[in-house]
Amino acid sequence: MKLRALVVDDEAAIRRFLRSTLVAEEFDVVEADSLKTAQVLIAGAAFDLAVLDLGLPDGDGADLIAPLGRAGAPAIIVLSALDDEPRKVASLDRGADDFVSKPFGVPEFMARVRAALRHRVKMQGALPIYDDGRLMVDLSRRIVRVDGADPKLTPREYALLHQLVVHAGKVLTHHHLLSKAWADSDADVQALRVHVRHLRQKIEASPDAPAYIRTEPGVGYRFSELP
Amino acid sequence: MTEPDERRPSPDALLQQAKAEHRGKLKIYLGAAPGVGKTFEMLSDARKRRAEGGDVVAGVIETHGRAETLALTDGLEILPRRMQEMDLDALLARKPQVALVDELAHTNAEGSRHPKRWMDVDELLNAGIDVWSTLNVQHIESLNDVVARITHIRVRETLPDAVLERADEVELVDLTPDELIKRLEQGKVYAPEQAQRALRNYFVPGNLAALRELAMRRAADRIDEQVRGLRLAQGETLPWAAGERLLVCVDEREASPEIVRHAKRRADQAKAQLLAVHVETGRSARLTDVETARLSETLRLAERLGAETATLPGDRVADTLLVYAREQNVTQIIVGKARRSFLFEAMFGSVVRQLIDRAGAVAVEIVPEGAIQTTKAHISLSSPWPALTTRGVAEAIVMTAVATAVCWPLDEWLKASNLTLIYLAAVLASALTRGLWAGLLTGIASALAFNWFYTDPRHTFTINNPDNVLAVLAFSGAALIVSLLAARARQQTLAARSEARTSRELFGLSRMLTTVTSEDDAASALAQYAARAFDAECAVFARVGLADIRQASSSAMTLALTENDWAAARWTMQKGEATGRGADTLPGVRWLFVPLRTKRLVAGVVGVARETALTPSERRRLAGMGDQAASAMERAHVAEALEQSRVETEAERLRSTMLASLSHDLRTPIAGILGAASSLRAYAGRHDAETQANLLSSIETEAARMQRYVHKLLDMTRLDAGGVKPRIEAVDPADAAASVAARVGHAAEGRPVVTDIEPSLPFVRADAGLLDQALFNLTENALLHAASGPVTLRVSRIGREVRFEVVDEGNGLPAGEEAHIFDRFARSASARRGGTGLGLAIVKGFAGLMGGKIEARNRTDRPGAVFSLIFPVDEPL
Repeated sequence: MKLRALVVDDEAAIRRFLRSTLVAEEFDVVEADSLKTAQVLIAGAAFDLAVLDLGLPDGDGADLIAPLGRAGAPAIIVLSALDDEPRKVASLDRGADDFVSKPFGVPEFMARVRAALRHRVKMQGALPIYDDGRLMVDLSRRIVRVDGADPKLTPREYALLHQLVVHAGKVLTHHHLLSKAWADSDADVQALRVHVRHLRQKIEASPDAPAYIRTEPGVGYRFSELP
Repeated sequence: MTEPDERRPSPDALLQQAKAEHRGKLKIYLGAAPGVGKTFEMLSDARKRRAEGGDVVAGVIETHGRAETLALTDGLEILPRRMQEMDLDALLARKPQVALVDELAHTNAEGSRHPKRWMDVDELLNAGIDVWSTLNVQHIESLNDVVARITHIRVRETLPDAVLERADEVELVDLTPDELIKRLEQGKVYAPEQAQRALRNYFVPGNLAALRELAMRRAADRIDEQVRGLRLAQGETLPWAAGERLLVCVDEREASPEIVRHAKRRADQAKAQLLAVHVETGRSARLTDVETARLSETLRLAERLGAETATLPGDRVADTLLVYAREQNVTQIIVGKARRSFLFEAMFGSVVRQLIDRAGAVAVEIVPEGAIQTTKAHISLSSPWPALTTRGVAEAIVMTAVATAVCWPLDEWLKASNLTLIYLAAVLASALTRGLWAGLLTGIASALAFNWFYTDPRHTFTINNPDNVLAVLAFSGAALIVSLLAARARQQTLAARSEARTSRELFGLSRMLTTVTSEDDAASALAQYAARAFDAECAVFARVGLADIRQASSSAMTLALTENDWAAARWTMQKGEATGRGADTLPGVRWLFVPLRTKRLVAGVVGVARETALTPSERRRLAGMGDQAASAMERAHVAEALEQSRVETEAERLRSTMLASLSHDLRTPIAGILGAASSLRAYAGRHDAETQANLLSSIETEAARMQRYVHKLLDMTRLDAGGVKPRIEAVDPADAAASVAARVGHAAEGRPVVTDIEPSLPFVRADAGLLDQALFNLTENALLHAASGPVTLRVSRIGREVRFEVVDEGNGLPAGEEAHIFDRFARSASARRGGTGLGLAIVKGFAGLMGGKIEARNRTDRPGAVFSLIFPVDEPL
């Protein structure tokens, strides 16, 4: 069965190449050029993937995230302007899986789509084991090994790593990490940065050029997917 | 008026104290005469202070070659003098804790910043430096007359009493007369020869005893005042009858300053407040310049002595004074009594007598004038009436000759006594045109001529007929009175004329100032009027920032302002005081600078330079003009600042709109192109032929869209920079419309673009290229904003204009947007995406450059918009 994708953008040129790309990737594609049309489509059918432009002529594309979740929880990618961090972060916090800043290339876009889809499938199964040969994380048994040795993580660092590995490939906002890995709500982004630095020192080969935990400026962190 | 409640510390008293805390402290060593050891005492104290680790620097020390004094300066830091005077700037820069400044009453050399040393000291105190200084009692302003009476020598260098009163500490340096004389004889004060002269004239025991008493009394007064100040600050009740107030009557007479000084002494003794009042009567207008100068000088003297001054209008001096005195709770009036004859007073009454008669509860003290030997005025008195000129003499003779000639034929029929009437007419004419002296001269000449020609025996100066004796006498008397009256009338006319000129000036200036919109215009108006009114060079400076100035206008192009002139003008700006010629500060400068004050601040400075200094009345007129200009300048300045900030806000808004537009309108096509291109590359094998074609055409379309946007952006920038130079020529409107319609057709995606062109249209005056672009933009705009339906390009002639109209069938212009539709980056809220928001702005810019007009309105027959470009018909000249 083909996966169904909804593309919401007011620019015909962008809809056109997204459709071509997704069709080539074996998706059934439905297009909408406004918030209103999209709302009608969402009410009528369930989707596996939704690509939403945030700046629609009749409203904010992020308003579609909640209705989409109710209608079948598809993977959601938002398209945004490069310099519009607040809207980007807000849409992620509202439940979007990932974002792509305009202008973007098709390979980058498809990588995000695949990660989001995989993640959606993963969430329904057992906790995965991450192992690239150097770093091994077994979330069910709570074991972390770097080159076979125990990096001796603190409980907080482990909680952070747990979140990152569970959502490997997906961007996690500061807000998400703080609420999931921190018990007290007083912690701020600065404290998060300090813990991420410590974690990097324990698991990264070279903490100054991190390969596992990558920073998404102004948004949060992203854990690399297994190659 | 109610007396302030003095039992509580009044805010003023506390403020005064707080101010005193920031200011440096002034200590004055007061002595009765030169040589008592003031400088010696001061230097001894300075050494003591230095020994305790204090930072003491001598600004200026006058040792007069006295060995004892000189010895004390050893090891003391003494600043070198600059041009014989204390180097004030160096002292300010050095900023010691204590500065020693000898001889407080000293007059500075011409060209110094301040004319008086005490003003230098004032500046030091303001800078927070403590000052120790010396003073002889003879220099105190209010004691000036008393000292002159004792010693018969009038001291020119005087110190305002207020300076002494403001001193924080006064130390009396005392020496008995015998000891002082001994010191003099020993040559410790002056060189032997000089000492002998001094001993004969000044340093006689009687003098010294009197001066010593004066000094002691003054020092005692000071201590009294200090105690009072302390008690006031602590909120204690006054131990004396509160509210004693003295009023001294000031007029233009020479004795007036003396009476003011007398009143000051009385007020000090009684711890009373002093008011100095001048009553301006009809007579005031007839005062000579010298008298006016003396009057304002006396009022200033009163101010320096710490009196409150007022000028009251009123015809009856005594009544006006008494009304004011009662209003102000005055307890005593002090008035000078002029020496006038009994007869004069009997005829004209006397102010003094009226005062006494009507004073009621107010005490009146009468000071006989001339009891004190008055000094000669420094300025020679000019005559109240114009002096007799050669021309006046000549005219007097001509008038007499004419009258004699007129009488000649009349002599036959008229009695001789009647002929005097004709002579009287001549006298009247002469007095009216040339003044009193010419009138009197004509009178004498006429009397002689009448006697010579028309009384028997003829051609002698003897008279036989007693009738004619009477006629000559009556004529002489009449001529005298007529001359007096005519001269006075003339004087009044002149005064009225000058008054009228002043008010005309002020009126003209104020009318001009109401219309000015910029600070510089206001400055120019003032400069122009002042230059004309005073026949002088005039420069007006406007305030820049807090303390600087810039020249905002000048009456002449060749104004030479030296560095000193600028410094003086800046000083006026900063301190709000007049500087330069005729002012207290920097009197050596050629210009007179007067601050232009408003209620809030000093808005600028007006400078006037002329061969002669401005008279006091001219300075008053200048101040009047300045007041008007100042508020106009402030108003204009505020308006300019507002306009400036409005322009900046507008530019800021435009910049951010421009950025938003750039980020959206450039990025969107790029996103389309990049996406399509990368999709083609990544899925080359999997796209079918149609998809590939679609993606490729999408790249082309988006690239073209970007190109259009960049093109419009460049057009706009060129318009802004003035880079578009239209070449106006005769253009065929039909041709222009047809070619645009054909070109748009390609991009219209199958939408019809219809032309409706009136046959045989005349040519229009336009730039062919710009017209083409303007029409193209309008048509493109219509296709973009009207979702469907045809777009009509209609060209027609209306009168002497040709009208290009672009008509669509869209929704029309939203209500309220018509006014903004030509603004940059104005995008209709209801319009479809894709417009740049620049097209219409560019069309408007182009139309303006070509001398055309642009209009936008809605269709009346159905929904839709009409954009019109209107150009004048090219008519052969």
